[in-house]
Amino acid sequence: MKKIKPILLKVMTFLKSLLIKLAIPLLSIFFGFFAGAIIMLVSGNNPITGYAALFDGVFGDIYYFGETLRMMTPLIFSGIAVAFAFRTGLLNIGVEGQLIVGWLASVAVGVMFDLPFVIHLPLALLAGAVAGGLWGFIPGILKARLHVHEVIVTIMMNYVALHVSNHFIRNYMLASGQRTEFIPATASLSSDFLRGLTDFSRLHWGFLLAIFACVVMWFLLWKTRKGYELRAVGYNPNASSYAGMNVKTNIVLSMVVSGGFAGLGGAMEGLGTYGYAQILSSFTNLGFDGIAVALLGASTSIGIFLSAFLFGGLKIGAANMQASANVAPELVEIVIALIIFFVASSYLIRWVLNRLQSNREGK
Amino acid sequence: MDIISTLNLIIPTAIFAATPLIFTALGGLFSERAGVVNIGLEGLMVIGAFSGIVFTLIFEGLGFGAASPWVALLVAMLIGAVFSLFHAVASITLRADQIVSGVALNFLAIGLSVFLVREFFGRGQTDYINARIFRESVPVLRDIPIIGNWFFSSIYPTSFVAFFLVFIVWYVVFKTPFGLRLRSVGEHPMAADTMGIKVNRMKYIAVMLSGALAGIGGAVYAITTSANFGGGTIAGQGFMSLAALIFGKWHPLGVLGAALFFGFAQSLSIAAQQIPALANVPQVYLLIAPYVLTILALAGFVGKAEGPKAIGKSYEKGSR
Repeated sequence: MKKIKPILLKVMTFLKSLLIKLAIPLLSIFFGFFAGAIIMLVSGNNPITGYAALFDGVFGDIYYFGETLRMMTPLIFSGIAVAFAFRTGLLNIGVEGQLIVGWLASVAVGVMFDLPFVIHLPLALLAGAVAGGLWGFIPGILKARLHVHEVIVTIMMNYVALHVSNHFIRNYMLASGQRTEFIPATASLSSDFLRGLTDFSRLHWGFLLAIFACVVMWFLLWKTRKGYELRAVGYNPNASSYAGMNVKTNIVLSMVVSGGFAGLGGAMEGLGTYGYAQILSSFTNLGFDGIAVALLGASTSIGIFLSAFLFGGLKIGAANMQASANVAPELVEIVIALIIFFVASSYLIRWVLNRLQSNREGK
Repeated sequence: MDIISTLNLIIPTAIFAATPLIFTALGGLFSERAGVVNIGLEGLMVIGAFSGIVFTLIFEGLGFGAASPWVALLVAMLIGAVFSLFHAVASITLRADQIVSGVALNFLAIGLSVFLVREFFGRGQTDYINARIFRESVPVLRDIPIIGNWFFSSIYPTSFVAFFLVFIVWYVVFKTPFGLRLRSVGEHPMAADTMGIKVNRMKYIAVMLSGALAGIGGAVYAITTSANFGGGTIAGQGFMSLAALIFGKWHPLGVLGAALFFGFAQSLSIAAQQIPALANVPQVYLLIAPYVLTILALAGFVGKAEGPKAIGKSYEKGSR
């Protein structure tokens, strides 16, 4: 009995710290949905039927569930991309652009070459990662060498990516309408097995790759020396420099890896979901949603996976919410925006929690 | 086609394309000069465009006639200012990361406005407005050779307002006590606080001014260009205004120059087919020019662009 007590105490403190860590994202999600309910009420909809339809649109049918997992896939990659840069103290708003060039590059390799599966698919994925990494390299090197703020550069790079990618598709790869040819089966991520499991949704092998990417991110950041350096630079660049780390190299490296993950996210769409690249009239928003995913997931692998599921589910469920409860699907965009708002303003939640705690201790 | 008639074609279009950018970038100037980054300009333009169109339709229905778009511009200004409070409260009072809060504002703006459009109109876009702001021709001035053709023969009155505003903003920011306080808050908030300036109040005012002007910018774009509102009406103009602000080095006259240049690039990309010298240049170069030039300006290749010193940081009283 005496031996058990300290262990129990340890478990309790662990649970308590976990609870406090979870409080901010969970409360933010709650407030986000709550505000969404108020908006539904004010606009003359019933929030309960609305959210029930949303829930049904994710879990009500195995097809919807497969589509949700499919939607999660690029969100996980873009979330990892944002989080990875964020751990090094960089805000990569350019995930959107890196994802677009990754999409194009992977499809280009898929269409142009005729290779056996074991070479073709990895090569196409690699092309996506390299293109995204290159797109991340530019803001990285500008930040490291010339101290240019990465946020503005990455925003501008997004538009450059959009226009350049459209230019290439329109002039060199156009097959029919607004898109390129379909990639051959040797470069495709699509999976008859996963499709069969989920009543012919577009779920593809990329989902497993995304889970693998979560593990890779965790391993890179927490189990390698380089990862330690990257995080150290994020905490305090001056101290890291003093400790002999090369801050500039780490900044560039972080942006390249981040861009690489983003490019893979694009490859998921190009090689998995669609099987082609298309002329985009506006952004895919997958990259911007990555910011929300990383923020809500507190830049941790498991958090990113869970929040990608939440946001992916919201986006897929929105269709059913419109169909059966007649609530405009944009409601989920509002909910997502408010969740980001509450997470970012966690100062408020922290303040309230601290107040509660000090009150209790005061007694 | 000779050079004069080419310019006759391009310059009015350039001014036309630059006008919303000027309004919005001047708004961004207030906010960033006070040390608050405003990535949310895009979202504020969306809200402005939405309010501009919806209220033009409402005022048309109330029988305001040709005055409706002008009254709607004022309403869009007010709504933009109120909506920017979202960014202000999050980033100033609750000390959220200014960039993240700007991103959230962009999401919220597009979500909320399209949601409301669906509620009001039952589909993804509004009806078209009838009372629009049209191109005007200024008597006497239009007869000036060459320049008359460029600036006075077919120009939107809103463009004149924008030009006029550039000088007002310049005067306010650089020649009034308010402007001095605004800039001191963005450069060194602690020093400003020591001198008795209410730092956070200045920041709130600055962000709301940016919301008001971006609201006008979005409404001007919607009323003069698209004549209705949908999810794709504002597609990057807010970010291009941000680019104009940086390329113009946070100075009203620089903003004017940068916005005109971006407008020029846009109109060239549209008119290039009709100009022999440019017909063979791929459109993509002109499309990406504003963004590439901004990156080059930031990197110092086109004159170093350096923002206010304390930009992006929330001010905590008593901290060093």
